[in-house]
Amino acid sequence: MECRELLMKLCDINAVTGREDTAARVISGILSEYCDEVSVDKFYNVIGLKRGHGENPRNVLVTAHYDQIGLIVTGIDENGFLRFTSMGGVDPKVLAAQEVTVHGKKDLFGVIGSKPPHLIPPEDADKPVKMEDMLIDIGYDAQKARELVSVGDVVSFRFPVLELKNNRMAGRSMDNRSSVAALVEMLKELGRIRHRDNVYAVATVQEESGLVGAFMAAWNLKPDLAIAIDVCHGDMPDAPSDESFPLGKGVAIAVGPILSREHTRECIKLARRERIPYQIDAEEKDTGTEAAVYSSALEGIPTLLLSIPAKYMHTTVEVVSLDDIEATARLAARYIAFRDELEQEGDSDDRT
Amino acid sequence: MTEHESILIGTLKKLTMLDGVSGDEKPVRDFITEKIRDRADSLHVDNIGNLIAFRKGTGMNKKVMLAAHMDEVGLLVTGINDNGLLKFKTVGGIEPRVLVGKRVRIGKDRVPGVIGYKPVHLQDASERKSPVKKSGLAIDIGAKDREQAEQSVAVGDTAAFDYDPVEFGNNKLMAKALDNRVGCAMLIELLGGRYPFDLYCCFTVQEEIGLKGAKAAAYAVEPDAAIILEGTTCYDLTGTDEHMVSTRLGDGPALTVMDRSVISDRGLFRFISRTAERLGIPWQVKSTVTGGTDAGRIQVSGRGVKVCTLSVPCRYIHTPVSVMDKRDFFHALKLAEETLAGLAGWLEGEGSVGEVGLGQNQPGGESDV
Repeated sequence: MECRELLMKLCDINAVTGREDTAARVISGILSEYCDEVSVDKFYNVIGLKRGHGENPRNVLVTAHYDQIGLIVTGIDENGFLRFTSMGGVDPKVLAAQEVTVHGKKDLFGVIGSKPPHLIPPEDADKPVKMEDMLIDIGYDAQKARELVSVGDVVSFRFPVLELKNNRMAGRSMDNRSSVAALVEMLKELGRIRHRDNVYAVATVQEESGLVGAFMAAWNLKPDLAIAIDVCHGDMPDAPSDESFPLGKGVAIAVGPILSREHTRECIKLARRERIPYQIDAEEKDTGTEAAVYSSALEGIPTLLLSIPAKYMHTTVEVVSLDDIEATARLAARYIAFRDELEQEGDSDDRT
Repeated sequence: MTEHESILIGTLKKLTMLDGVSGDEKPVRDFITEKIRDRADSLHVDNIGNLIAFRKGTGMNKKVMLAAHMDEVGLLVTGINDNGLLKFKTVGGIEPRVLVGKRVRIGKDRVPGVIGYKPVHLQDASERKSPVKKSGLAIDIGAKDREQAEQSVAVGDTAAFDYDPVEFGNNKLMAKALDNRVGCAMLIELLGGRYPFDLYCCFTVQEEIGLKGAKAAAYAVEPDAAIILEGTTCYDLTGTDEHMVSTRLGDGPALTVMDRSVISDRGLFRFISRTAERLGIPWQVKSTVTGGTDAGRIQVSGRGVKVCTLSVPCRYIHTPVSVMDKRDFFHALKLAEETLAGLAGWLEGEGSVGEVGLGQNQPGGESDV
C-alpha cells in the first residue's frame, strides 16, 4: 500500500481516545504485514516487533499514538437530542454544524446543532457557544434514541480525507494517523535495510487523554532508545513562527531538555548525510507528546521526538504533507539502522 | 417510502449535490432543464438566469406563478494571499462559526479546499473566550504560494460546501442546500400538471443575496397569484422558547403569515390551509417573522400579486448540514398539488378580490379577515 492509501485507510478508522478496542484489530492487521510478530496489550497498544539481524541487538521503541479526539454522550434529552462533552482537547468552536458518528448499539449518523445567533441572549453574543449549549441530532425521538444510545457512548467526527495540492491531505485524525503512517513506512524502509537492533513499532492508545498508552509501552518493553512520532503545529498566518512549522519542509526534529542531546545531535547529522529534509523544533518543556513519558520512564530512556507538521490541529481539517510523513519514516528507519556507523565516523562539526 | 417517493428523494439528493452559489446557478439550471424539457410547453432562460417553464392553461384567463430559487449560500473568493490561502466573503447569510473545519469546492473544476482554524493549543486566553471571527478564516487548497493557487482558482470563483446527502434517523435527510433544492424538487414535480390557468414554473436565481431573480421573473410573467416554494428555518431544538421555534420538523409544511419580506395574501393563505385541513395534510404556521423569500419581490411586481410561501422546515439552514423530514417534503408536495388543483376556483371566486371597482363590496370575503 502506498503512503497515500495507507493514510486514507488509517484515517477511516475510529478510535476515540480510550475506546481503541475495535481499531486495534485493523492496526494490528496493517503492522503484521511488515513485522515478525504483532501483539496487542491489555490497553490495546498494538506492538509490532521487527527483529534485528545483528549480534546483541538492542531494543528500540518507536511509537505513534492511534487514538483520536472525540466526544462522549452525557445525556439524552426529552426530544431525543444527545448532550455531550469532549474526549481529549476539543475546541467548542470547531463543533458547529459538524457531521458525527455516534457509536451506540450501532453506528448512527448525527449532526451537531446549536441555537442560531438571533436566539442567543445579547449578554452571550460576544462569547463562543458553549459545548453544553450544543446537541447532537440523530433524528430520533427520545424513546428510540434511548434504545440506541447510552450515556457514555463515544462520538467520532465524520469527515473524509481530502487530497489537496502538493501532496497535502486534509481530514480529521491526521493527528495522529499521519504518524502511524510514518511508523508503517518506517517498517517498510527497515525491510529494505539491514539493521542490528530489534525494533518495537507500537501504535499506542489514550495519548489524547493523558499519554496513557505510552506508560505501558515503556514499562513492558524497557527499550534502550525511544522514538516518539507525533504531529507538531503546521504554520499558519497568525501562529507563532517558533511554534509552527511549514508543511513540505521535512520532519521536525525536537531539541530540548527532555530529549537526548546525543541522539538528537546524531539524528540531525544523519538527516544531513542522507539528505532527508528536516527542521528543528525547540521544545523548552515536556513537548506534550509521549516523549515526555519515555524520557523519565524507568531509569530514564534516551528519547527522540520526530514530528510531522499538521495545520489546524484538533479540528476536522488537519492538513499534513505526505512528503513530511515519508521524510519522518526515512529518518527514523535510517537512524535505527545507521546510528552505529555515525558513532564510528565521528564528526568534525560536533557541537557538544 | 413508495417507489415514487424514493425517486423524488433521489432527485432531491442529486439536486443538493450540484453547486449553485448565487450568481453561479448554471449547474442547477442545466440539471433542471434536462429534467423538465419534455414536460414544459416552452422553456426560457432570461437575462438574469431564471429558468421559466410554461404550461399552457386550458382556457382560463389567469396566470399563476410558482417560484423556487435555485441558488444556495456559499463563498466568493475575494483574494489570494502570498502564502497560497484564499480570502473569501460569504454569499448570503452564513455565520462564521459554521465555516470552521468545513470542506468546500471551488469554481467549476470543484477544486477541494478546507477552512481551518487556529489550534486551541495556540489560542491565548482572550482568543479562547472569543467567538469565531470571520477575519481569521481562509480557504486552504494546499497551495504553497499565490502563484500555485492561481493555477487552480481565481478571484471571483464561488465555493460551495462539499457535503453529500445522508438519510438517517426517523425519515430524516441531511444535505447541503436543502434551502432551496427542496423547493426546486417540488417545482420539477408540479410542472407535470395541466390546469385551467396558465402556469409558470420559475426557477429563480440570486435569492440569497436579495431576492434578485424573482423580481425579473415576476416582471416577465405578470402573474395573478404566486406560490413560493421554500426550505425554511426550524429551531425546534430543546431549550428554545416556544415562540421562537419558527417551525417544527415533522409537523408538516409551513405557511408563512409574515416575514421580513412580505405579508402573505390572507385569502391565499387561507385557501391553502383550508385545502390542507380538508385533506388531512398536516401543516403549520411559520411562527417567527424573520427571513425573507422571493414572495417579497413577486408581491410588489406589476399591479401587485397575491402571494403565499409554502415551505419545508429545515434545521441548521445555511450550514453544510441542513436536516429535513422527508414526510414534510412529501406533504408539502401533496399540499401544493392539491392547492393547484383547486386554485382555478379560488381565482374566480374569493381570489378575484381586487379586480372589482373601488367602493364595491368584496365578494367571497369571510368575516374573520
